[in-house]
Amino acid sequence: MTSLTEQMGLSTWLGQKRVKLGLIIMAVILALIYPYVSSLYFLSLAIEVFIFAIFAMSLDLLLGYTGLASFGHAAFLGLGGYILGYISSRSDLALNLTSNILITLPLVIIGTALIAFIIGFFALRTSGIYFLMVTLAFAQMLFSIAIRWSGITGGSDGLAGVARPVIGLGSFSYEFSSRPSFYYLVLFFFLLSWWLLRRIVNSPFGWTLRGIRENEQRMKALGYNTFRFKMAAFVIAGTFAGLSGMLLVQFFRHAAPGNLYWTMSGQVIVMLIVGGTGTLIGPILGAMVIRLFPLFVSSYTERWELLLGLLFILFVLFAPKGIMGFLGVKPSTLLTQEKRPSG
Amino acid sequence: MSLLTVTNLTKHFGGLAALASVSMTVEVGERRAIIGPNGAGKSTFFNLIAGELLPTSGQVQLEGQDITKLPVNERANLGLGHTFQRNNLFLGLTTFENVYLAVQHHQGITKNIFKPAGQFSQVTAQTTEILQRVGLLEQQHEVVSTLAYGQQRALEVALALATEPKVLLLDEPTAGMSPAETTEMAQLIENLPHSLTMMIVEHDMDVVFSLANKITVLHYGQKISNGTPAQVRADPIVQEIYLGAGYNENVSK
Amino acid sequence: MENFIIQLLNGLVASMLLFIMAAGLSLIFGQMNVINLAHGAFYLLGGYIGLSVVRRFDNFWLALIIAPLIVGGLGVIIEYLFLRRLYGTHRHLDQVLFTFGLALVASDLIQWNWGAYVESVAPPTLLAGHIPVFSLTFPIYRLSLIGFGLLLALALWLFLERTRLGAIVRAGVSDAQMVSGLGINIHLVFAGIFALGTALAALAGVVGSPIRPLYPGLDFEILILTLVVVVVGGLGSLQGAFFGSLLIGMADTFGKAYLPEFSLFLIFAVMAVVLLIRPAGLFGLKENGQ
Repeated sequence: MTSLTEQMGLSTWLGQKRVKLGLIIMAVILALIYPYVSSLYFLSLAIEVFIFAIFAMSLDLLLGYTGLASFGHAAFLGLGGYILGYISSRSDLALNLTSNILITLPLVIIGTALIAFIIGFFALRTSGIYFLMVTLAFAQMLFSIAIRWSGITGGSDGLAGVARPVIGLGSFSYEFSSRPSFYYLVLFFFLLSWWLLRRIVNSPFGWTLRGIRENEQRMKALGYNTFRFKMAAFVIAGTFAGLSGMLLVQFFRHAAPGNLYWTMSGQVIVMLIVGGTGTLIGPILGAMVIRLFPLFVSSYTERWELLLGLLFILFVLFAPKGIMGFLGVKPSTLLTQEKRPSG
Repeated sequence: MSLLTVTNLTKHFGGLAALASVSMTVEVGERRAIIGPNGAGKSTFFNLIAGELLPTSGQVQLEGQDITKLPVNERANLGLGHTFQRNNLFLGLTTFENVYLAVQHHQGITKNIFKPAGQFSQVTAQTTEILQRVGLLEQQHEVVSTLAYGQQRALEVALALATEPKVLLLDEPTAGMSPAETTEMAQLIENLPHSLTMMIVEHDMDVVFSLANKITVLHYGQKISNGTPAQVRADPIVQEIYLGAGYNENVSK
Repeated sequence: MENFIIQLLNGLVASMLLFIMAAGLSLIFGQMNVINLAHGAFYLLGGYIGLSVVRRFDNFWLALIIAPLIVGGLGVIIEYLFLRRLYGTHRHLDQVLFTFGLALVASDLIQWNWGAYVESVAPPTLLAGHIPVFSLTFPIYRLSLIGFGLLLALALWLFLERTRLGAIVRAGVSDAQMVSGLGINIHLVFAGIFALGTALAALAGVVGSPIRPLYPGLDFEILILTLVVVVVGGLGSLQGAFFGSLLIGMADTFGKAYLPEFSLFLIFAVMAVVLLIRPAGLFGLKENGQ
C-alpha cells in the first residue's frame, strides 16, 4: 500500500515543506474555529484527543526517538493527575488549595519530573525487555499505592470534585468554566507541547537520542554518557505525560486510579503503533484514531475493546510503521535534501 | 612521557589467558601496528585499550593518566578514539547524520535542547569536511544500511576521526574488503595527518608494512617482538611464526 | 510463632504458584527472546476452562489435564499463525507488542464467555480438609500444592539438564542452521516451547483457582507479579524463576500479613534493590533481551 501512495505521489507531496506548513496552518485554523461548529459532545471528544495526543507524543520521545520501550508511561499520566487532584480537589481528603494553573502547573511538572527521575534511576540500569518490565512494574506500584493509600488518594474511588482550572495573577482571574474555554486551554497546551517537543527532537539533544536508539554502544565509543541522555529523555517524557494527566483530571474533574493502570500504558502504546513512531504527527494521528474508535464501532457491538486489540494486532503484524508508514511519510532527516535519493 | 603506556596487561577468559602480561609504549606521532597470527590476542589487546573489555590485571595509561578502569565514553573524551572490527554504525540514519553525531559531541553542543541541529554551522561544516576526507560526501543523504560494505568501512573510520582523537585505534580497517577496497582504505589511512598517533590491528601485511613505522608482534597472548618494520621483518622468531609454522598472513582474507 | 509458620506455609504456596507461571514465561523467553505479555491471560483462561470442566464433569483432575492441553494447543496455533511471522532480528519489540494485543483480545473474550463474576473452584475431594499445625490447621490442598510445585521444578530441571532438547533450550540456541545440524527442527522447538510455556500458565490457573478466585483483571495482576519474579530472578533461568518466586512469594505473603499497607510496596522495593545490585537479576544470564 505504501507503494500505492508513492505511485500517486502522495508521499512526495506530503514530504514537501510548503505542503506540510500549509496542512499544519489549515489544521490549526480548523482547531481554532472548531468550537463554533461542533456540538458539546464532539467538543469533548476533541478535548480528549488533544490531551491524549500530548500523552502519546511524550511516549514517542522515549519509544520512537530514544528506543526505550516503556510499558509504564501511565505512571506519569496518573501522577500528574493525582498531584493536581490533591492540590485542587474539594474532597475532604485533598488540600483544596488552589486551581490556579500558574501554581498547579509548576507543581505538577516538578512532581512528575522528580518521580520520573527516581523511577528512571532504577529502570535505566536495564534495557530492552527488562526495561519494559521494570517500567511496567513501577507503574503498577504507583497504581497499588493509589489504591491502598486511601487517606490521600481516595483509594479506588479516587479524588472527586476537582475544581475547574483558573488562571489568576494579582487581581486578574479567569475561570475556564465553559467547555469551549477549556477546549482552548487544552488546545494551547497541545500546541505548546507539540512545538516544544518538535524543537527538542530536532535539536542536537534530539539527534543524540536517535543515536542511542540506533546504536548505544557506538554512542559510548564516541564519548557520550548515554545514561544521562536517557535520563533526560525519561524525565522530559514524564513531565509532558504529567501535563496531559493534569489536563485529563481537570477535564473529568476526577483523579482516578484507572489513569495509572497498565491498560492505560498499553493504550498509549497502541496509539503510537497505530499512528507510527519516530515522528510527532504519528502519535497525534494515533491518539485521534484510538480515542475516536469507540465512536465508529460501539454502535455495532459492545466489544470494542476486543476490536481495539484486533486492530492493534493487525498493525503490529502488517503495518508496524503505522498510519505514517502507510502514507509513506518518513521521519525527518537532519539536512533537507536538495535531491531525493532514487528508490 | 609516552602518549600511551601499557603495563603488564593481562586478560583471562575463564581459565584461558588471552593476553599475558603485555607491555608497550606508543609515542606521539607513531603509527603502531599490532600483528600476529589468529588467536594471538590482538583483538583482546585492542579492546582492553579501547575500554570495550576490562583487564584481569595490568595498567593502561594515556598521557600518564591511569585509564585502566575508565568506561569507554570517558576514554573517548580523553582522546582515545576507536573503530570496530565489525561495522558498528547508526544503520537507520544517513551518512551525514552518522558523522554529525560524532562531531556534535566533540564540539560540545549536545546539551543544546532547543536549537535545530542543522543550524550549528560549525558542526555541519566539520561534518562535511570529514565526509569529504573519507570520500563519502556524495553518499551523505543515503541511509547507512544501504551503503556498500567498503563505504560503511570508511564511515567506521570517519566516526572515530570526527572525535579528533589523540590516539586513533583502528581494529582491522580492511577486514572483509576486496583488494581494490583495501588499497583505497590504505590510501585513506596513509593520507591522514602524520601528527595523528595511530594504533592499528591489521591482518594484511602489505597494509601493515606500508603504513606502520613501529610494529608489535603478539603470539599466544604474549609480546614476542617489537620494533621498526625492518627490525621485525628481520626477527628470526617472527619469521619462524609466520613462515616456519606454516602461517601465511599475506594471503589471509 | 504458630501464626508465623502458617504464613511461611502460605508463602510457600504463593511461591509455588508464581514459580509455575514464571517458569513458563522464562522458558519462552530463554528460547525465543519474547516476553509473553499474554501469559496472565493464559493463566486466567486455564483457570476458567478448569472451572467449566469441574462444573460439567465434577472432576478436578480432569480439569488439570484438559485446561493445559487446550491452552497449550492454542499456544501452538498462535505461534504458528502469528509469532512465526515476527521472527527476525529487528522485530523483538513487535513480538512483545503482539502478545500485548493478544492479552487485550483474550481478556475481553474471556469476560465475554465467562462473565465478570468472581468464581472460585472447590479443591478435589481427595485433598479437601485440613491438617493440624500445632494448635492451628492448614488446608491439605495448599500443602499438596507446595509438593506439586517442588515436583514440577524437579521435572523441569531434569528436562533442561538431562535431555538433548533441554540442552538446546538451556543454551538458548536459536540459530536454525545450527539446530538442524543436530537433526532437530527449530520451528518444532519454538512451537513446542511456546506450547509448554502457555500450558504451564494454564496449569497454574487450574491449580491456583481453589486458592485465588477467578475474576476479570486477575490476568494482569498475576502477570505483573510474574514479571517482577523474572526481573528479580533473571530471565531465561530456571533457578532464577524458582528463587525469584520464593523471594517474591514470601515478601508478598509476609507483607500482607504483617504490613498490609505496604505489602505491594515491599515487593517493588525488593525488585528495586535487586536492580541496583544486579541489573540482570539474581541468576540472569543475559544482560537484556533487546
